[in-house]
Amino acid sequence: MLDNLQLLFVYAPVMNVQMILDGIFVGAVFALSAYGLALVWGVMNVKNLAQGDFVILGGYVAFSLYKMGVHPVLSIPIVAVVMFMFGWLVYISIIRRVIDNDMFVSLLATFGLSLLLQQVMNLIYGPEVQTIDSHFPIATMFDDFVTIPMVKVVSLILAAAFAATVVIFMKKSRMGQAIRATAQDARAARVLGINTDNVFAFTFSLNASICGVAGVLVSMIWVLQPFYGIVYSLRTFAIVTAAGLGNLPAVIGMSFALGWVEQYAGIIAGAEWQVAAAVFMLLGVLMWRQIQLRRQRQVVR
Amino acid sequence: MAANSIAAPAAGGTVMTKNQTLLYLAIAVSGVLGPILFPNYIQQMAVLWVMVLMASTWDITGGQMGYNSLGNITFFGVGMYVSAVIQVSMFYDIGLYTASYGAIKPEFTDEQYFTGLAMGILAAGVVCVVLARLLGTVVFGLRGPYFAIGTLGVAIAAGQIAGTIDTIGGGAGISMPFLPLDIQYRSIFFYIICFSLAILSHFTIRWMFSTQFGLAANAIRDDEDKAEAMGIPTMKYKQFGWGVAAFYMGCIGAVFGNMVGYIEPIEVAFPAPTFGIFMVAMALLGGKGTLWGPVLGAVLFHVVKETTWTYLLGWQWVALGLILIVNIVYFQQGIMGWLQTKYPEKFGIVVDQSTTQAKEEA
Amino acid sequence: MADPIITVNNVSKAYGGVKANVDISLTVERGSITGIIGPNGCGKTTLFNSIVGYHPIDTGSIKFDDTEISTLRVGDIARLGMLRTFQQTRIYGKMDCVDNMQISVSHRDGSKNSMFASRRGEIRDRAEHLLEFVGLYSKRNLISGDLSFGQQKLLEFAMALMNDPKVLLLDEPTAGINPTLINGLIDRLRRANEELGITLCVIEHNMRVIMNLASNIYCLSNGKMLASGKPEDLQNDPRVIDAYLGGH
Repeated sequence: MLDNLQLLFVYAPVMNVQMILDGIFVGAVFALSAYGLALVWGVMNVKNLAQGDFVILGGYVAFSLYKMGVHPVLSIPIVAVVMFMFGWLVYISIIRRVIDNDMFVSLLATFGLSLLLQQVMNLIYGPEVQTIDSHFPIATMFDDFVTIPMVKVVSLILAAAFAATVVIFMKKSRMGQAIRATAQDARAARVLGINTDNVFAFTFSLNASICGVAGVLVSMIWVLQPFYGIVYSLRTFAIVTAAGLGNLPAVIGMSFALGWVEQYAGIIAGAEWQVAAAVFMLLGVLMWRQIQLRRQRQVVR
Repeated sequence: MAANSIAAPAAGGTVMTKNQTLLYLAIAVSGVLGPILFPNYIQQMAVLWVMVLMASTWDITGGQMGYNSLGNITFFGVGMYVSAVIQVSMFYDIGLYTASYGAIKPEFTDEQYFTGLAMGILAAGVVCVVLARLLGTVVFGLRGPYFAIGTLGVAIAAGQIAGTIDTIGGGAGISMPFLPLDIQYRSIFFYIICFSLAILSHFTIRWMFSTQFGLAANAIRDDEDKAEAMGIPTMKYKQFGWGVAAFYMGCIGAVFGNMVGYIEPIEVAFPAPTFGIFMVAMALLGGKGTLWGPVLGAVLFHVVKETTWTYLLGWQWVALGLILIVNIVYFQQGIMGWLQTKYPEKFGIVVDQSTTQAKEEA
Repeated sequence: MADPIITVNNVSKAYGGVKANVDISLTVERGSITGIIGPNGCGKTTLFNSIVGYHPIDTGSIKFDDTEISTLRVGDIARLGMLRTFQQTRIYGKMDCVDNMQISVSHRDGSKNSMFASRRGEIRDRAEHLLEFVGLYSKRNLISGDLSFGQQKLLEFAMALMNDPKVLLLDEPTAGINPTLINGLIDRLRRANEELGITLCVIEHNMRVIMNLASNIYCLSNGKMLASGKPEDLQNDPRVIDAYLGGH
């Protein structure tokens, strides 16, 4: 561990550049799924524990398309549509029925969904780790100390472009306005003639779609495995809890921060600590929120 | 609505009625006769009692207090590891033992084995109580979904951390010392311990909820802010309830580790996606917040799972996820809850007609 | 006479830009019934919440029996012997009335023994006696969530009495109660004050009730203390009449 620290800060400080860049690349993916979670959490008060599995599922859809010869970048719109329909299906069959119940019911129902998705993916794709090779070149800097696979840069640009599209959609379109109105006060929105059931369905589907796109990027720059979803879920919860709902810059900032924390934890303490780092960040955020609220004589709820 | 508003009996259900005595008798008889009549299924029956214990102890905070933990499995794994370390290191160098990946089989004498096991189980319980106390100060400051996610995080982190500690075998795990008994007595030995622990936990819970503790727990479930405003030291009650659950989960974890003979962090010790969620599902299926719901749920769940498992050909986990979703989405009140609203008289609950007038009067 | 049990000194509280309480000072005498009145949104409930510890105050001090309580938390303050009831009545909706009462016993000497105390015997007798006092004895075995709003209010009051507090802060005890029952409630509040020796501090909109009940009244308006004094003085105070009738 000390050796690694020395390597990072004494012998090869340029490696930090690598860490920071990698943190941003993965952070962009986290940011997408975290934005989706903030959306469903804020609009319909559903804490989706299957968030990470949506990401992985999106990745596997792209993987199937890749096997059929579709380039992953081109598969993004297809995955977005497929996952949108999938999200609608999930909303109709499950979420609609738990939305008015207490929070734990929706949490547990989505946890059940998470287990279901994991197992179905496991049956279809097997437990092996998969990835998509998108044949982009790899650039290097600082005498080969820092390697930048172009696929990661492409993924970052795609994530930014997709996020911008979603944000503009939320600002400009009729549906986007209806979603924001519902988020502020569902009852008032209903009184004013907004069909909140449709808004909820759309929001949830949009979230699935966003997760799906994040999944495509994961399949390009990282690996897919049926059981990796839960870690993504915990990551998104950590980010959203720390950043708060409806605060996009904070969500992006926290996502990059988590990306960096994981990169550094991985290099300093060993790869097996990478997952633990995400969980510790979640617990740390929850503790920090508690201390903060205790001063306000309040509790985290 | 007022027509069938229900009222609990004045006795509060703490007195053992004739029916209950019969029920306990039936359980005792089946618990004793089961392994004698079906010697091939002793291990499955032992697991059944483990499940009963898990669901019942989960219900202390989950059903009765409204603190839905997804991380009680942490204590299961911690208990397992604590017991393993104690059992080995009392008589042998634990580092050498685990480094050999089971190649070294030190000879434990009978006396060494049984003292080690007893100490291990006890220490597992005690360590878990301490751990629950420490974790509790953090997680019980969280409410609702944050509590559930926080505890889930704890369970997953525990599995990850256990995998990094080399002294306890890291990701490769530990193989447990061997029970020095003839093969046919092995399963019956662990069956007896599991059965006893399940019964013990049941009566502990039964007693706890017949006192003021039970009322405080339900008050926290119904309206924690009100409970705080009335001066109930809610933190203390939550901590205590979780401590009891942790104690029994630790003990049963220690026994389970010995029963399967081999411990590994993700699948055996901290299986959050299997046992961790089973216990919640069982409590919900039977009816959370009741004494018998989790027991009933555990029995049903386990029997269905064991009888259908092999016929599902790889789809069993998918079926399980489906069952869980259907259970939560369409059948939240569970069997006991459903029966109580359907046949309140059968539960000694009287239907009071005067409520109808009471509503108009006020 | 001068034996204050609650002393509020120059308390201010703002929510963002809205100044809910500005420089409020008041005292509640031991054994008295004190009223707090004022038009809607004048900061009465904010003041209540400051006293019982629901949020931090910006400036000032609040003393209960010479103990500074402005930084304590709700539960700690309750265990000192100061309770409050809620404007939106809060009871344990899925438990029956007797259970609601029994769990409301005082936790001031919170020993581990009381955690596992028996539910029968003395506690139960007192619970039933107090239910009788508020007129809910015949409903004692009903699930409290099935009671009418007025009955729930009475139950909440009985629960507060069960706790045997030194001070009881009541947030609009007559709101939503059938007018024919109000006299009975006033009578019970007075009896709780006289027979059980509980100091009462009451927020009330119903002028008739508060003028009958309280010995000393504070009137708030726009977050500021407008006037205080005996009921008959306030009744004729032009500023109070103004606050209620004009300008809002």
